[in-house]
Amino acid sequence: MTAPSPAPATVENTTRAPADEPLKVVPARHPWRWAATAVTLVLLAMAANALITNPAWEWHFVGQYLFYETVLRAVGVTLRLTVLGIVLGFLLGTVIALMRLSASPLLQAVAWGYVWLFRSVPLILQLLFWFNLALLYDRISFGIPFGPSFFDVGTMDLIGPMTAATLGLALHQAAYCAEIVRSGFLSVDQGQLEAAAALGIPRTRQIRRILLPQAMRTIIPTAGNEIIGLVKGTSVVYIMAIPELFYQVQVIYARNGRVIALLLVAAIWYLLLTTVLSTVQYYVERHYARGAVRVLPPTPLQRVRRLVGRVLAARRQRQAVRDQLAADLAVPR
Amino acid sequence: MSPDGAVMVELRGIHKSFGPLEVLRGVDLSVRTGEVVVILGPSGSGKSTLLRSINHLEKVNRGSVRIDGELIGYRRTGNRLRELKEREILRQRTHIGFVFQNFNLFPHLTVLDNVAEAPVSAQGRPRREVLETASRLLDRVGLADKADAYPRRLSGGQQQRVAIARALALEPKVLLFDEPTSALDPELVGEVLEVMKDLARAGTTMIVVTHEVGFAREVADRVVFMDDGVIVEQGPPDEVLTRPQHERTRSFLAKVL
Repeated sequence: MTAPSPAPATVENTTRAPADEPLKVVPARHPWRWAATAVTLVLLAMAANALITNPAWEWHFVGQYLFYETVLRAVGVTLRLTVLGIVLGFLLGTVIALMRLSASPLLQAVAWGYVWLFRSVPLILQLLFWFNLALLYDRISFGIPFGPSFFDVGTMDLIGPMTAATLGLALHQAAYCAEIVRSGFLSVDQGQLEAAAALGIPRTRQIRRILLPQAMRTIIPTAGNEIIGLVKGTSVVYIMAIPELFYQVQVIYARNGRVIALLLVAAIWYLLLTTVLSTVQYYVERHYARGAVRVLPPTPLQRVRRLVGRVLAARRQRQAVRDQLAADLAVPR
Repeated sequence: MSPDGAVMVELRGIHKSFGPLEVLRGVDLSVRTGEVVVILGPSGSGKSTLLRSINHLEKVNRGSVRIDGELIGYRRTGNRLRELKEREILRQRTHIGFVFQNFNLFPHLTVLDNVAEAPVSAQGRPRREVLETASRLLDRVGLADKADAYPRRLSGGQQQRVAIARALALEPKVLLFDEPTSALDPELVGEVLEVMKDLARAGTTMIVVTHEVGFAREVADRVVFMDDGVIVEQGPPDEVLTRPQHERTRSFLAKVL
Protein backbone atom coordinates (compact mmCIF):
# COMPACT_ATOMS: atom_id res chain seq x y z
CA MET A 1 0.00 0.00 0.00
CA THR A 2 1.38 3.34 -0.90
CA ALA A 3 1.37 6.07 1.66
CA PRO A 4 -1.22 8.73 0.96
CA SER A 5 0.31 11.87 -0.31
CA PRO A 6 0.68 14.28 2.58
CA ALA A 7 -2.10 16.47 1.34
CA PRO A 8 -2.51 19.38 3.75
CA ALA A 9 -6.10 18.54 4.58
CA THR A 10 -6.10 20.78 7.61
CA VAL A 11 -4.81 23.72 5.68
CA GLU A 12 -7.49 23.33 3.05
CA ASN A 13 -10.16 23.32 5.72
CA THR A 14 -9.17 26.68 7.09
CA THR A 15 -9.78 29.84 5.20
CA ARG A 16 -6.45 31.20 4.22
CA ALA A 17 -5.52 34.83 4.09
CA PRO A 18 -4.06 36.00 0.82
CA ALA A 19 -0.40 35.08 0.84
CA ASP A 20 1.16 38.47 1.51
CA GLU A 21 -1.38 39.89 3.91
CA PRO A 22 -0.43 39.67 7.61
CA LEU A 23 -3.00 37.97 9.81
CA LYS A 24 -5.21 40.32 11.78
CA VAL A 25 -5.49 39.98 15.55
CA VAL A 26 -8.99 40.35 16.99
CA PRO A 27 -9.07 40.90 20.76
CA ALA A 28 -11.62 38.88 22.77
CA ARG A 29 -14.84 40.69 23.59
CA HIS A 30 -15.88 41.30 27.20
CA PRO A 31 -19.62 42.08 27.25
CA TRP A 32 -19.90 41.62 31.03
CA ARG A 33 -17.12 44.10 31.61
CA TRP A 34 -19.08 46.66 29.62
CA ALA A 35 -22.25 45.85 31.55
CA ALA A 36 -20.47 46.20 34.89
CA THR A 37 -18.99 49.51 33.78
CA ALA A 38 -22.40 50.83 32.80
CA VAL A 39 -23.99 49.78 36.11
CA THR A 40 -21.14 51.37 38.05
CA LEU A 41 -21.54 54.62 36.12
CA VAL A 42 -25.23 54.76 36.99
CA LEU A 43 -24.50 54.09 40.66
CA LEU A 44 -21.84 56.80 40.70
CA ALA A 45 -24.24 59.28 39.13
CA MET A 46 -26.87 58.40 41.74
CA ALA A 47 -24.39 58.91 44.56
CA ALA A 48 -23.24 62.25 43.17
CA ASN A 49 -26.81 63.35 42.74
CA ALA A 50 -27.65 62.37 46.32
CA LEU A 51 -24.64 64.32 47.59
CA ILE A 52 -25.24 67.46 45.56
CA THR A 53 -29.00 67.90 45.44
CA ASN A 54 -29.85 67.14 49.06
CA PRO A 55 -29.64 70.51 50.87
CA ALA A 56 -29.21 68.74 54.22
CA TRP A 57 -25.51 68.27 53.41
CA GLU A 58 -25.15 72.04 53.80
CA TRP A 59 -22.30 72.32 51.34
CA HIS A 60 -22.13 76.11 51.52
CA PHE A 61 -21.51 75.89 55.28
CA VAL A 62 -18.80 73.33 54.64
CA GLY A 63 -16.95 75.86 52.48
CA GLN A 64 -17.43 78.48 55.14
CA TYR A 65 -16.04 76.42 58.02
CA LEU A 66 -13.31 74.55 56.17
CA PHE A 67 -10.77 77.35 56.71
CA TYR A 68 -12.28 78.72 59.89
CA GLU A 69 -9.46 79.76 62.19
CA THR A 70 -10.45 77.45 65.04
CA VAL A 71 -10.66 74.54 62.61
CA LEU A 72 -7.22 75.31 61.17
CA ARG A 73 -5.76 75.45 64.66
CA ALA A 74 -7.41 72.10 65.42
CA VAL A 75 -5.84 70.62 62.29
CA GLY A 76 -2.52 71.88 63.63
CA VAL A 77 -3.08 70.05 66.92
CA THR A 78 -4.02 66.86 65.07
CA LEU A 79 -0.86 67.13 62.98
CA ARG A 80 1.28 67.75 66.05
CA LEU A 81 -0.14 64.71 67.83
CA THR A 82 0.40 62.58 64.72
CA VAL A 83 3.98 63.70 64.14
CA LEU A 84 4.99 63.37 67.80
CA GLY A 85 3.19 60.05 68.12
CA ILE A 86 4.81 58.55 65.05
CA VAL A 87 8.31 59.95 65.59
CA LEU A 88 8.48 58.99 69.27
CA GLY A 89 6.69 55.73 68.49
CA PHE A 90 9.22 54.74 65.85
CA LEU A 91 12.21 55.81 67.95
CA LEU A 92 11.05 53.76 70.92
CA GLY A 93 9.80 51.01 68.59
CA THR A 94 13.23 50.67 66.98
CA VAL A 95 14.84 50.36 70.40
CA ILE A 96 12.32 47.68 71.36
CA ALA A 97 12.87 45.85 68.08
CA LEU A 98 16.63 45.86 68.66
CA MET A 99 16.06 44.57 72.21
CA ARG A 100 13.87 41.81 70.85
CA LEU A 101 16.61 40.83 68.38
CA SER A 102 19.42 41.07 70.94
CA ALA A 103 21.13 38.03 72.41
CA SER A 104 20.08 38.84 75.98
CA PRO A 105 17.08 36.77 77.10
CA LEU A 106 16.05 39.48 79.58
CA LEU A 107 16.02 42.21 76.92
CA GLN A 108 14.10 39.89 74.60
CA ALA A 109 11.55 39.14 77.29
CA VAL A 110 11.09 42.78 78.25
CA ALA A 111 10.62 43.75 74.59
CA TRP A 112 8.10 40.96 74.11
CA GLY A 113 6.30 42.00 77.31
CA TYR A 114 6.12 45.63 76.22
CA VAL A 115 4.55 44.75 72.90
CA TRP A 116 2.16 42.34 74.60
CA LEU A 117 1.01 44.91 77.19
CA PHE A 118 0.62 47.95 74.96
CA ARG A 119 -1.06 46.05 72.17
CA SER A 120 -3.51 44.37 74.52
CA VAL A 121 -4.96 47.33 76.41
CA PRO A 122 -7.32 49.53 74.37
CA LEU A 123 -5.78 52.88 73.44
CA ILE A 124 -8.64 54.83 74.99
CA LEU A 125 -8.00 53.10 78.33
CA GLN A 126 -4.26 53.75 78.14
CA LEU A 127 -4.93 57.42 77.43
CA LEU A 128 -7.16 57.70 80.49
CA PHE A 129 -4.48 56.11 82.63
CA TRP A 130 -1.93 58.71 81.54
CA PHE A 131 -4.49 61.44 81.97
CA ASN A 132 -5.13 60.32 85.53
CA LEU A 133 -1.53 59.52 86.39
CA ALA A 134 -1.65 62.07 89.20
CA LEU A 135 -4.13 59.85 91.00
CA LEU A 136 -1.49 57.13 91.15
CA TYR A 137 1.64 59.20 91.69
CA ASP A 138 1.05 62.80 92.64
CA ARG A 139 4.74 63.69 92.52
CA ILE A 140 7.48 62.53 90.20
CA SER A 141 11.05 62.69 91.48
CA PHE A 142 14.34 62.56 89.61
CA GLY A 143 17.39 61.04 91.23
CA ILE A 144 19.31 57.84 91.73
CA PRO A 145 17.12 54.72 91.46
CA PHE A 146 16.24 53.55 95.00
CA GLY A 147 18.61 56.29 96.20
CA PRO A 148 18.33 59.97 96.99
CA SER A 149 16.16 62.26 94.89
CA PHE A 150 17.59 65.46 93.41
CA PHE A 151 14.28 67.23 92.80
CA ASP A 152 10.66 66.38 92.28
CA VAL A 153 7.71 67.96 90.55
CA GLY A 154 3.97 67.60 90.76
CA THR A 155 2.66 65.11 88.22
CA MET A 156 -0.08 67.53 87.18
CA ASP A 157 2.51 70.20 86.34
CA LEU A 158 4.70 67.82 84.37
CA ILE A 159 2.04 65.89 82.51
CA GLY A 160 -0.77 68.09 81.25
CA PRO A 161 -3.52 66.78 78.96
CA MET A 162 -1.45 67.38 75.81
CA THR A 163 1.60 65.58 77.22
CA ALA A 164 -0.59 62.75 78.48
CA ALA A 165 -2.14 62.40 75.03
CA THR A 166 1.24 62.47 73.26
CA LEU A 167 2.70 60.00 75.73
CA GLY A 168 -0.29 57.68 75.42
CA LEU A 169 -0.29 57.73 71.62
CA ALA A 170 3.50 57.32 71.35
CA LEU A 171 3.76 54.44 73.82
CA HIS A 172 0.85 52.64 72.19
CA GLN A 173 2.28 53.29 68.75
CA ALA A 174 5.73 52.08 69.81
CA ALA A 175 4.39 48.57 70.36
CA TYR A 176 3.18 48.40 66.76
CA CYS A 177 6.25 50.17 65.37
CA ALA A 178 8.51 47.69 67.14
CA GLU A 179 6.93 44.83 65.25
CA ILE A 180 7.11 46.72 61.96
CA VAL A 181 10.78 47.52 62.41
CA ARG A 182 11.49 43.95 63.49
CA SER A 183 9.77 42.54 60.41
CA GLY A 184 11.86 44.91 58.30
CA PHE A 185 15.11 43.73 59.88
CA LEU A 186 14.11 40.09 59.49
CA SER A 187 13.37 40.63 55.79
CA VAL A 188 16.99 41.52 55.03
CA ASP A 189 19.11 38.60 53.89
CA GLN A 190 21.45 37.36 56.62
CA GLY A 191 24.28 37.42 54.08
CA GLN A 192 24.17 41.21 53.97
CA LEU A 193 25.23 41.63 57.58
CA GLU A 194 27.71 38.82 57.20
CA ALA A 195 29.31 40.56 54.23
CA ALA A 196 29.39 43.85 56.12
CA ALA A 197 30.99 42.11 59.11
CA ALA A 198 33.53 40.36 56.87
CA LEU A 199 34.49 43.77 55.45
CA GLY A 200 35.04 45.10 58.97
CA ILE A 201 32.38 47.79 58.66
CA PRO A 202 31.64 49.20 62.15
CA ARG A 203 28.48 47.93 63.84
CA THR A 204 26.46 51.16 63.85
CA ARG A 205 27.39 51.77 60.24
CA GLN A 206 26.27 48.22 59.36
CA ILE A 207 22.83 49.02 60.74
CA ARG A 208 22.54 52.53 59.32
CA ARG A 209 24.05 52.02 55.90
CA ILE A 210 23.41 48.35 55.10
CA LEU A 211 20.54 47.00 57.19
CA LEU A 212 18.14 49.92 57.56
CA PRO A 213 17.95 51.07 53.92
CA GLN A 214 17.10 47.53 52.85
CA ALA A 215 14.67 46.98 55.71
CA MET A 216 12.89 50.18 54.66
CA ARG A 217 11.48 48.39 51.62
CA THR A 218 9.43 46.24 53.98
CA ILE A 219 8.91 48.88 56.66
CA ILE A 220 7.49 51.72 54.54
CA PRO A 221 4.20 50.18 53.34
CA THR A 222 3.19 49.03 56.83
CA ALA A 223 4.52 52.20 58.40
CA GLY A 224 2.38 54.15 55.94
CA ASN A 225 -0.63 52.23 57.22
CA GLU A 226 0.30 53.10 60.80
CA ILE A 227 0.85 56.79 60.12
CA ILE A 228 -2.44 57.14 58.29
CA GLY A 229 -4.11 55.13 61.04
CA LEU A 230 -2.67 57.51 63.61
CA VAL A 231 -3.87 60.65 61.76
CA LYS A 232 -7.38 59.40 62.32
CA GLY A 233 -6.53 57.67 65.59
CA THR A 234 -5.66 61.01 67.20
CA SER A 235 -9.40 61.70 67.26
CA VAL A 236 -9.61 59.36 70.28
CA VAL A 237 -8.00 62.02 72.47
CA TYR A 238 -11.21 64.05 72.23
CA ILE A 239 -12.14 62.31 75.48
CA MET A 240 -9.38 64.36 77.14
CA ALA A 241 -10.92 67.58 75.80
CA ILE A 242 -7.88 68.34 73.66
CA PRO A 243 -8.80 70.76 70.87
CA GLU A 244 -7.84 68.53 67.96
CA LEU A 245 -9.92 68.37 64.80
CA PHE A 246 -12.64 65.96 65.88
CA TYR A 247 -13.15 67.55 69.30
CA GLN A 248 -13.17 71.04 67.85
CA VAL A 249 -15.85 70.41 65.21
CA GLN A 250 -18.00 68.87 67.94
CA VAL A 251 -17.59 72.00 70.01
CA ILE A 252 -18.58 74.17 67.06
CA TYR A 253 -21.64 72.20 66.05
CA ALA A 254 -22.76 71.96 69.63
CA ARG A 255 -22.91 75.74 69.49
CA ASN A 256 -24.43 76.33 66.05
CA GLY A 257 -26.19 73.08 65.23
CA ARG A 258 -24.55 72.60 61.81
CA VAL A 259 -23.79 68.99 62.65
CA ILE A 260 -23.48 67.53 59.15
CA ALA A 261 -21.53 70.44 57.68
CA LEU A 262 -18.94 70.30 60.45
CA LEU A 263 -18.58 66.54 60.35
CA LEU A 264 -17.92 66.98 56.64
CA VAL A 265 -15.30 69.63 57.39
CA ALA A 266 -13.50 67.17 59.63
CA ALA A 267 -13.83 64.37 57.06
CA ILE A 268 -12.41 66.58 54.31
CA TRP A 269 -9.41 67.55 56.44
CA TYR A 270 -8.69 63.92 57.32
CA LEU A 271 -8.96 63.09 53.60
CA LEU A 272 -6.54 65.87 52.70
CA LEU A 273 -3.99 64.81 55.31
CA THR A 274 -4.10 61.17 54.22
CA THR A 275 -3.81 62.15 50.57
CA VAL A 276 -0.66 64.13 51.27
CA LEU A 277 0.76 61.25 53.32
CA SER A 278 -0.07 58.66 50.65
CA THR A 279 1.72 60.77 48.04
CA VAL A 280 4.77 61.18 50.26
CA GLN A 281 4.75 57.42 50.88
CA TYR A 282 4.79 56.74 47.13
CA TYR A 283 7.93 58.79 46.66
CA VAL A 284 9.68 57.43 49.76
CA GLU A 285 8.99 53.89 48.56
CA ARG A 286 10.39 54.76 45.18
CA HIS A 287 13.52 56.16 46.82
CA TYR A 288 14.19 52.92 48.69
CA ALA A 289 13.46 50.80 45.62
CA ARG A 290 16.78 51.88 44.08
CA GLY A 291 18.75 48.79 43.20
CA ALA A 292 15.93 46.49 44.27
CA VAL A 293 13.98 46.75 41.04
CA ARG A 294 15.63 46.91 37.66
CA VAL A 295 13.70 49.91 36.39
CA LEU A 296 11.98 52.36 38.73
CA PRO A 297 8.29 52.88 37.98
CA PRO A 298 7.58 56.37 36.63
CA THR A 299 6.27 58.95 39.08
CA PRO A 300 2.68 60.15 38.52
CA LEU A 301 4.12 63.41 37.19
CA GLN A 302 6.31 61.55 34.70
CA ARG A 303 3.27 59.51 33.68
CA VAL A 304 1.21 62.64 32.99
CA ARG A 305 4.10 64.20 31.06
CA ARG A 306 4.53 61.07 28.99
CA LEU A 307 0.80 60.95 28.23
CA VAL A 308 0.76 64.61 27.19
CA GLY A 309 3.88 63.98 25.11
CA ARG A 310 2.19 61.09 23.32
CA VAL A 311 -0.97 63.10 22.63
CA LEU A 312 1.06 66.02 21.28
CA ALA A 313 3.18 63.72 19.14
CA ALA A 314 0.05 62.13 17.68
CA ARG A 315 -1.35 65.57 16.92
CA ARG A 316 1.86 66.68 15.27
CA GLN A 317 1.83 63.54 13.18
CA ARG A 318 -1.78 64.08 12.08
CA GLN A 319 -0.95 67.68 11.24
CA ALA A 320 2.06 66.55 9.22
CA VAL A 321 -0.09 64.09 7.25
CA ARG A 322 -2.64 66.83 6.60
CA ASP A 323 0.05 69.28 5.47
CA GLN A 324 1.52 66.69 3.15
CA LEU A 325 -1.92 65.98 1.71
CA ALA A 326 -2.58 69.69 1.20
CA ALA A 327 0.82 70.12 -0.43
CA ASP A 328 0.18 67.17 -2.75
CA LEU A 329 -3.19 68.59 -3.77
CA ALA A 330 -1.76 72.05 -4.28
CA VAL A 331 0.87 70.86 -6.73
CA PRO A 332 -0.53 71.51 -10.20
CA ARG A 333 -0.25 68.50 -12.38
CA MET B 1 55.00 31.94 41.22
CA SER B 2 56.73 29.93 43.87
CA PRO B 3 55.74 30.95 47.36
CA ASP B 4 58.79 31.23 49.51
CA GLY B 5 57.65 34.00 51.85
CA ALA B 6 57.07 33.78 55.55
CA VAL B 7 54.00 32.08 56.97
CA MET B 8 50.99 34.35 56.47
CA VAL B 9 48.11 32.21 57.74
CA GLU B 10 48.55 29.67 60.48
CA LEU B 11 45.75 27.44 61.78
CA ARG B 12 46.40 25.19 64.75
CA GLY B 13 44.15 22.44 66.05
CA ILE B 14 40.86 23.97 64.88
CA HIS B 15 37.81 22.27 66.35
CA LYS B 16 34.27 23.37 65.66
CA SER B 17 30.92 21.80 66.51
CA PHE B 18 27.40 22.85 65.69
CA GLY B 19 25.53 21.34 68.62
CA PRO B 20 26.31 17.62 68.64
CA LEU B 21 27.70 17.77 65.10
CA GLU B 22 31.50 17.96 64.95
CA VAL B 23 32.34 19.80 61.75
CA LEU B 24 36.05 20.39 62.26
CA ARG B 25 38.07 17.86 64.21
CA GLY B 26 41.53 19.30 64.58
CA VAL B 27 42.76 21.10 61.48
CA ASP B 28 46.31 22.41 61.13
CA LEU B 29 47.22 24.44 58.08
CA SER B 30 49.80 27.05 57.29
CA VAL B 31 49.89 29.18 54.18
CA ARG B 32 52.89 31.20 53.08
CA THR B 33 52.87 34.70 51.68
CA GLY B 34 52.02 34.56 47.98
CA GLU B 35 50.85 30.97 48.15
CA VAL B 36 47.62 29.81 46.52
CA VAL B 37 45.99 26.98 48.44
CA VAL B 38 42.93 25.23 47.06
CA ILE B 39 40.80 23.23 49.46
CA LEU B 40 38.83 20.39 47.90
CA GLY B 41 36.47 17.95 49.50
CA PRO B 42 32.94 16.58 49.49
CA SER B 43 30.12 18.78 50.78
CA GLY B 44 29.83 18.60 54.53
CA SER B 45 33.56 17.99 54.88
CA GLY B 46 34.00 21.29 56.76
CA LYS B 47 35.84 23.32 54.10
CA SER B 48 33.53 26.34 54.25
CA THR B 49 33.42 26.29 58.04
CA LEU B 50 37.20 26.22 58.11
CA LEU B 51 37.38 29.20 55.77
CA ARG B 52 34.79 31.12 57.80
CA SER B 53 36.66 30.48 61.03
CA ILE B 54 39.77 32.12 59.57
CA ASN B 55 38.10 35.54 59.70
CA HIS B 56 36.10 34.71 62.83
CA LEU B 57 32.73 34.55 61.08
CA GLU B 58 32.55 31.22 62.89
CA LYS B 59 33.85 31.05 66.43
CA VAL B 60 35.95 27.96 66.92
CA ASN B 61 35.60 25.75 69.98
CA ARG B 62 39.31 25.03 70.20
CA GLY B 63 42.42 26.01 68.32
CA SER B 64 43.90 29.23 67.06
CA VAL B 65 44.10 31.29 63.90
CA ARG B 66 47.00 33.62 63.21
CA ILE B 67 47.33 35.99 60.29
CA ASP B 68 50.78 37.54 59.84
CA GLY B 69 51.52 36.52 63.41
CA GLU B 70 48.45 38.20 64.89
CA LEU B 71 46.00 36.03 66.79
CA ILE B 72 42.54 36.44 65.20
CA GLY B 73 39.45 36.91 67.36
CA TYR B 74 41.23 36.39 70.67
CA ARG B 75 43.86 37.78 72.94
CA ARG B 76 46.01 35.48 74.97
CA THR B 77 46.38 35.96 78.68
CA GLY B 78 48.38 33.17 80.26
CA ASN B 79 46.74 29.94 79.17
CA ARG B 80 43.46 31.49 78.14
CA LEU B 81 42.17 32.90 74.91
CA ARG B 82 39.79 35.78 75.59
CA GLU B 83 37.51 36.84 72.80
CA LEU B 84 38.25 40.33 71.54
CA LYS B 85 35.76 43.19 71.46
CA GLU B 86 33.72 43.33 68.27
CA ARG B 87 35.46 46.56 67.24
CA GLU B 88 38.84 44.80 67.41
CA ILE B 89 37.60 41.82 65.44
CA LEU B 90 36.18 44.12 62.78
CA ARG B 91 39.56 45.84 62.52
CA GLN B 92 41.30 42.48 62.09
CA ARG B 93 38.87 41.50 59.36
CA THR B 94 39.96 44.43 57.21
CA HIS B 95 43.18 42.46 56.68
CA ILE B 96 41.27 39.43 55.45
CA GLY B 97 39.37 39.63 52.17
CA PHE B 98 36.38 37.30 51.91
CA VAL B 99 34.48 36.39 48.75
CA PHE B 100 31.13 34.67 49.28
CA GLN B 101 29.42 32.02 47.21
CA ASN B 102 26.34 34.27 46.85
CA PHE B 103 28.37 37.46 46.27
CA ASN B 104 26.42 39.30 49.00
CA LEU B 105 26.81 42.62 47.25
CA PHE B 106 24.81 45.47 48.79
CA PRO B 107 21.89 45.77 46.34
CA HIS B 108 20.97 49.34 47.30
CA LEU B 109 24.46 50.73 46.63
CA THR B 110 26.03 51.25 43.22
CA VAL B 111 28.89 49.03 42.18
CA LEU B 112 31.37 51.81 42.95
CA ASP B 113 29.89 52.42 46.40
CA ASN B 114 29.95 48.69 47.12
CA VAL B 115 33.69 48.70 46.53
CA ALA B 116 34.32 52.00 48.30
CA GLU B 117 32.15 51.46 51.40
CA ALA B 118 34.52 49.47 53.62
CA PRO B 119 37.77 51.38 52.95
CA VAL B 120 35.98 54.59 53.94
CA SER B 121 33.93 53.37 56.90
CA ALA B 122 36.20 50.62 58.26
CA GLN B 123 39.64 52.02 57.46
CA GLY B 124 38.78 55.69 57.60
CA ARG B 125 40.55 56.45 54.35
CA PRO B 126 39.60 59.67 52.55
CA ARG B 127 36.65 59.09 50.23
CA ARG B 128 38.14 60.82 47.22
CA GLU B 129 41.25 58.65 47.31
CA VAL B 130 39.17 55.49 47.88
CA LEU B 131 36.94 56.24 44.88
CA GLU B 132 40.05 56.41 42.71
CA THR B 133 41.28 53.08 44.06
CA ALA B 134 37.82 51.58 43.56
CA SER B 135 37.69 52.70 39.93
CA ARG B 136 41.11 51.22 39.33
CA LEU B 137 40.05 47.91 40.90
CA LEU B 138 36.87 47.80 38.82
CA ASP B 139 39.03 48.33 35.77
CA ARG B 140 41.24 45.47 36.92
CA VAL B 141 38.26 43.06 37.06
CA GLY B 142 37.03 44.40 33.70
CA LEU B 143 34.01 46.32 34.95
CA ALA B 144 35.09 49.95 34.70
CA ASP B 145 31.94 50.75 32.70
CA LYS B 146 29.62 49.33 35.38
CA ALA B 147 30.69 51.64 38.21
CA ASP B 148 27.33 53.43 38.43
CA ALA B 149 25.12 50.37 37.90
CA TYR B 150 23.26 48.64 40.72
CA PRO B 151 24.37 45.04 41.38
CA ARG B 152 21.05 43.43 40.38
CA ARG B 153 21.52 44.72 36.85
CA LEU B 154 24.70 42.68 36.47
CA SER B 155 25.14 39.02 35.58
CA GLY B 156 26.26 36.61 38.27
CA GLY B 157 29.80 36.56 36.91
CA GLN B 158 29.98 40.34 36.90
CA GLN B 159 28.58 40.49 40.45
CA GLN B 160 31.23 38.08 41.68
CA ARG B 161 33.95 40.14 40.00
CA VAL B 162 32.61 43.22 41.83
CA ALA B 163 32.71 41.23 45.06
CA ILE B 164 36.35 40.40 44.40
CA ALA B 165 37.13 44.08 43.75
CA ARG B 166 35.29 44.92 46.98
CA ALA B 167 37.47 42.49 48.93
CA LEU B 168 40.63 43.82 47.27
CA ALA B 169 39.77 47.42 48.12
CA LEU B 170 40.83 46.84 51.72
CA GLU B 171 44.28 45.75 50.52
CA PRO B 172 44.03 42.55 52.55
CA LYS B 173 46.93 40.34 53.50
CA VAL B 174 45.06 37.25 52.39
CA LEU B 175 42.00 36.58 50.20
CA LEU B 176 39.55 33.84 51.12
CA PHE B 177 37.17 32.46 48.47
CA ASP B 178 34.17 30.38 49.57
CA GLU B 179 33.03 28.45 46.49
CA PRO B 180 33.14 31.62 44.38
CA THR B 181 31.78 29.99 41.22
CA SER B 182 29.21 27.56 42.65
CA ALA B 183 26.27 29.95 42.23
CA LEU B 184 27.16 30.81 38.63
CA ASP B 185 25.82 29.59 35.33
CA PRO B 186 28.44 27.39 33.66
CA GLU B 187 29.26 29.91 30.95
CA LEU B 188 30.02 32.60 33.56
CA VAL B 189 32.46 30.55 35.63
CA GLY B 190 35.39 31.26 33.30
CA GLU B 191 35.41 35.05 33.70
CA VAL B 192 35.58 34.78 37.50
CA LEU B 193 38.33 32.15 37.42
CA GLU B 194 40.24 34.37 34.99
CA VAL B 195 40.25 37.23 37.51
CA MET B 196 41.36 34.84 40.25
CA LYS B 197 44.20 33.54 38.07
CA ASP B 198 45.35 37.13 37.53
CA LEU B 199 45.42 37.68 41.28
CA ALA B 200 47.35 34.46 41.81
CA ARG B 201 49.93 35.48 39.21
CA ALA B 202 50.29 38.87 40.92
CA GLY B 203 51.38 37.08 44.08
CA THR B 204 48.21 37.42 46.18
CA THR B 205 47.98 35.02 49.10
CA MET B 206 44.78 33.05 48.49
CA ILE B 207 42.83 30.25 50.10
CA VAL B 208 40.15 28.95 47.76
CA VAL B 209 37.38 26.51 48.59
CA THR B 210 36.05 25.24 45.28
CA HIS B 211 34.89 22.32 43.20
CA GLU B 212 36.85 23.52 40.15
CA VAL B 213 39.50 20.83 39.94
CA GLY B 214 40.80 22.35 36.70
CA PHE B 215 41.46 25.64 38.48
CA ALA B 216 43.25 23.78 41.27
CA ARG B 217 45.48 21.96 38.79
CA GLU B 218 46.36 25.13 36.90
CA VAL B 219 46.71 27.74 39.62
CA ALA B 220 47.20 26.13 43.03
CA ASP B 221 50.59 25.86 44.64
CA ARG B 222 49.11 23.35 46.99
CA VAL B 223 45.92 21.32 47.07
CA VAL B 224 44.39 20.37 50.40
CA PHE B 225 41.87 17.56 50.47
CA MET B 226 39.44 17.57 53.40
CA ASP B 227 36.92 15.00 54.49
CA ASP B 228 34.88 14.58 57.63
CA GLY B 229 36.42 17.56 59.41
CA VAL B 230 40.08 16.73 58.92
CA ILE B 231 42.75 17.26 56.27
CA VAL B 232 43.18 13.89 54.60
CA GLU B 233 46.13 14.81 52.44
CA GLN B 234 47.83 17.79 50.87
CA GLY B 235 50.58 18.56 48.41
CA PRO B 236 51.32 19.98 44.97
CA PRO B 237 48.35 19.63 42.59
CA ASP B 238 50.19 17.12 40.41
CA GLU B 239 50.61 14.72 43.28
CA VAL B 240 47.26 15.08 45.01
CA LEU B 241 45.19 15.20 41.84
CA THR B 242 46.98 12.57 39.78
CA ARG B 243 48.51 10.26 42.38
CA PRO B 244 46.30 10.58 45.45
CA GLN B 245 47.56 8.53 48.38
CA HIS B 246 44.26 8.03 50.15
CA GLU B 247 41.25 6.04 49.16
CA ARG B 248 38.88 8.89 50.14
CA THR B 249 40.71 11.33 47.88
CA ARG B 250 40.63 8.85 45.05
CA SER B 251 36.91 8.18 45.30
CA PHE B 252 36.17 11.93 45.54
CA LEU B 253 38.26 12.71 42.47
CA ALA B 254 36.66 9.84 40.58
CA LYS B 255 33.29 11.48 41.19
CA VAL B 256 34.17 15.04 40.22
CA LEU B 257 36.56 14.45 37.30
